[in-house]
Amino acid sequence: MYNVYLYILVAGLVSTLIRVLPALFIKKKIENIYVQSFLYYLPYVTLAVMTFPAILHCTDHVLSGLFALAVGTILAWKSENLFLVAVASCIAVFLAEFLYMIF
Amino acid sequence: MKDYNRNSQAFSKGMKDAIPIAAGYLAVAFSLGMTAKRIGLTPLQGFISSFVNHASAGEYAEFTVIRAGGSLLEMAIIIFITNLRYSLMSLTYSQRFAPDTHWLHRFLMSFGISDEIFAVSVGRPGDLVPAYTYGVMALALPSWCTGTALGIMVGNILPDMVVGALSVSLYGMFLAIIIPPAKKNKIVGVLVVISFTASYLATKLPILSELSESMRTILLTIVISAGAAILCPVKKKD
Repeated sequence: MYNVYLYILVAGLVSTLIRVLPALFIKKKIENIYVQSFLYYLPYVTLAVMTFPAILHCTDHVLSGLFALAVGTILAWKSENLFLVAVASCIAVFLAEFLYMIF
Repeated sequence: MKDYNRNSQAFSKGMKDAIPIAAGYLAVAFSLGMTAKRIGLTPLQGFISSFVNHASAGEYAEFTVIRAGGSLLEMAIIIFITNLRYSLMSLTYSQRFAPDTHWLHRFLMSFGISDEIFAVSVGRPGDLVPAYTYGVMALALPSWCTGTALGIMVGNILPDMVVGALSVSLYGMFLAIIIPPAKKNKIVGVLVVISFTASYLATKLPILSELSESMRTILLTIVISAGAAILCPVKKKD
C-alpha cells in the first residue's frame, strides 16, 4: 500500500513513455510494405473490435444497442459527419429505450 | 500570417470534430469516476490520473491496483499491457509526421494519444497537422478529466439510461471513422466485418473470453491487422 499519488505517478509515467517514445525516436520512414500495411489497417481494426459487441452492452437492452449500430452504420455510409453520426446513434438509443419503457 | 490562418483553421476544425468525442468522454469518464469514488479517490486525484493516463481501460486497471494495494511494479506492468496499443498508434504517428516536425510537436501530439484522438488525427489524408490534433485535444482531454472528477463528486445523479445513451455516442463516432473508408476500400470493409465477428466470438470462446477486454483488443488487433497486411499489402500510393 502506497500513497495514492505515487500510484498515479507510476501509472502516468508508464503510459506517457508508451505513448511518446515511438513518435519521438522513430524518424526513419518504414519502407517495408507489410509493416506499412499493418500500420494502415491497424486503426480501423482496433476501432471495429472495440465497437462490437461493446455497443450492445451500453444500455440495458441488446436490441437498442443493435438499433444504434444500424442507424450509425447507415448514416456513416451516407455522410462523414462525425457529430451527426454520434448524435443520431445517441438519439436512436434513447428512442429504443423509451419504447421499452412504454411497452 | 498565412501559416497562422491555416493553423487556426485546423485548430477550430479539430475542436469541432472533438465535440462528439468530448460528449462521449464526459459520459465514459463519469462512470469511471464512479468507480474511482468507490476506492476512495478524491476528485483532484481522479482529475490528475485522467490527465496523465487518459485511457478508460488503463485507468480502470489502475484503480483496481490501487484498491488491491498492489506493488508499484504491478502497476507498471498492468498499465504497460492495457496501454500497449498506444505505442502502435505512436509508431503510426511517427510515419505520418511531416519530415521537419519539431520534437516538441512529436512529444505533445503523442502524449495526447487516445483511441479517438488518434483515429480522427490519422483519419485525415496527408501529413499530420499538429494544430488540428491540438484542437481535438483541447476539447477532449479537459472533458475526460472533468468527467472523472464529476463522477467522483456527484456519483449517481444521472440515471443509468442517460449515461448509457451518452456512451453510445462514442461508438457512433467510431462508426463514422471506420465506415466511410470501408465504403471506399473493399479490403477495409471486409476487415471491419471480420473484426466485428472475431470480437464477438472472442467474448464467447473459452480462454479468449477469460482475458481482459483490453488484452482481447490488443490480441485481435495485432492478429487481424497482421493477417490483412500479409494477405493484402497496400499498394504504394504515391
